[in-house]
Amino acid sequence: MSEIAIKADKLTKKFDDFVAVDAITFDVKQGEIFGFVGANGAGKTTAMRILCGLSKPTSGSATVAGFDVYKETEKIKRNIGYMSQKFSLYDDLTVMENITFYAGIYGLSDKEIKDRGESLLSQLGISHEAKTFVASLPLGWKQKLAFSVAVIHEPKIVFLDEPTGGVDPVTRRQFWDLIYEAADRGITVFVTTHYMDEAEYCNRLTVMVDGKIDALDTPTNLKKQFSVDSMDKVFYQLARAAKRSGD
Amino acid sequence: MRTLKFLLQKEFKQIFRSKSIIFSIVFAPIIQLILMPLAANYDVKNIYVAFVDHDHSTYSQKLINRVYSSIYFKAAPYSASYDDAMHLIEQNKADIIVEIPQGFEDNLVRESHDKLYLAVNAINGTKAGVGSGYLGAIIRDFNQDIQMQWKQPGHFAEAQTIDVVTNNWYNPYMSYFLFMVPGLMVSLLTGIGAFSASLNIVREKEIGTIEQINVTPIRKYHFLLGKLIPYWCLGMIVFTIGMLVSRLVYGIVPVGSIPLLYGFLAVYLLTLLGAGLLISTYSDTQQQAVSVAFFFVLIFNFISGIFTPIDSMPEWAKALAYISPISHFAQVMRMVVLKGSTWPDVLPHLGAVFALGVVLNTWAVLNYRKTT
Repeated sequence: MSEIAIKADKLTKKFDDFVAVDAITFDVKQGEIFGFVGANGAGKTTAMRILCGLSKPTSGSATVAGFDVYKETEKIKRNIGYMSQKFSLYDDLTVMENITFYAGIYGLSDKEIKDRGESLLSQLGISHEAKTFVASLPLGWKQKLAFSVAVIHEPKIVFLDEPTGGVDPVTRRQFWDLIYEAADRGITVFVTTHYMDEAEYCNRLTVMVDGKIDALDTPTNLKKQFSVDSMDKVFYQLARAAKRSGD
Repeated sequence: MRTLKFLLQKEFKQIFRSKSIIFSIVFAPIIQLILMPLAANYDVKNIYVAFVDHDHSTYSQKLINRVYSSIYFKAAPYSASYDDAMHLIEQNKADIIVEIPQGFEDNLVRESHDKLYLAVNAINGTKAGVGSGYLGAIIRDFNQDIQMQWKQPGHFAEAQTIDVVTNNWYNPYMSYFLFMVPGLMVSLLTGIGAFSASLNIVREKEIGTIEQINVTPIRKYHFLLGKLIPYWCLGMIVFTIGMLVSRLVYGIVPVGSIPLLYGFLAVYLLTLLGAGLLISTYSDTQQQAVSVAFFFVLIFNFISGIFTPIDSMPEWAKALAYISPISHFAQVMRMVVLKGSTWPDVLPHLGAVFALGVVLNTWAVLNYRKTT
């Protein structure tokens, strides 16, 4: 069980007649950086919300950290971290207050909160901003902080939903350094994105089109499979067939 | 418990950093409690009376003087005919017309009776009723004086009438403020409490932080308690400010026990905030939450008995008032502040409010879903 962090089998989510996620099957190994790539509206976020225990699937099965997504959502929540598309820190709290709050509700002790909070701030190089309100931080810093807060309780798996939207390339690169550091500590990373340069950073990835998984492999193998030289072109070939559009 | 500690820490910080919340909790109640009782005043004063005097006698002049010397009545411009006076009513310059017939004095002295004609503008029913009542009393008084003057000493007994002496209990000076201020305090507190609680969770939904909360192992009732407790404390503060204002501005000192009032308030706030949180769990935007909260607060305020007596409402409204916690709290406030009622008197109201509080809060916990 420790080998497989996430396992999905024919996982499906319907909203009335609309099939947002259409019988996807895949598994993610422990410690892996697993990418979910797809156009807007492909069903990435819906799939991720099911795996996080925020949404119940219509049919199929899935386990996250060994727990069932139908019955054991609360156990799943104890073992994961999550960073949503929407900004998830409190603007009217300071950097340190946000860290304390999230670390606190995950049950960390006061000493752990203090130690991890300080090392997190120094890792991000913002120790001097501990008492700054989050509202006044630049977006790139906010995103990096949000990620660090999402893994402050050292979860088994962290879910990142388009974590680098609207962030400049340099900050995005720094953001991925944080992801690699987390993966080195053994945290499984499940990340959705529509930036193809980010797709290259993943260990393995799937391309989602119209709620279905069309391809699943390492970036290198995918490029071989489609006989192209970049992920951009892989994505283009697959997404061209998409019928859905928009969000 | 530790989770709750962090939730409370966060909520209190957010509340005390929000200028709008501080305003609505500290300044709004003070200002409203000073202004509203002055406006929501049913005392009838300044009734304009137009006399049409066809007699021009000593007696008619005496009657007119007596009416105008009352604090309730003011003189409308003089009019020579009834039609003239009617114009005054149409222009809103007069509320009541008194027509004194020709030969008024003669008839009074010789025949010992005559008729006056009163025309009342009844657009405002209360003003019309109370005004003509006062005026009737003055005329009766005037009549009695004349009877006394002209009766033979031997026939004195005839003029005697039964005089009803009214004794006003609990509010001997019939002070309007004493009645209204405790009621308005309930109304204010309810508005502030319901709005702030119903807005709170929705705000997290709008910002998106609720997703982050829902993905943590936080328990639902912890989260709701984390929202409820801070606003419960704020409700206590608002009430205390209200009590201070009514003491300092209106000189109202509760006859009954103050701890009793706070005890009832403690339960009332649970119920009220439960309603707010319930609205919050059903709404997706702050706009929705406010419109729904406004709808309920408005209706239950009007049937609460704060502004009009519940006894004179139709049966269905009485039933609604019985369910509404606002009516119970308003009644208890007046009972304790004016009459000095004690625990046993308050108990049935407390039971009703508590039962509703349990229902609303349970409903809110059940309806708040971490997983959709």
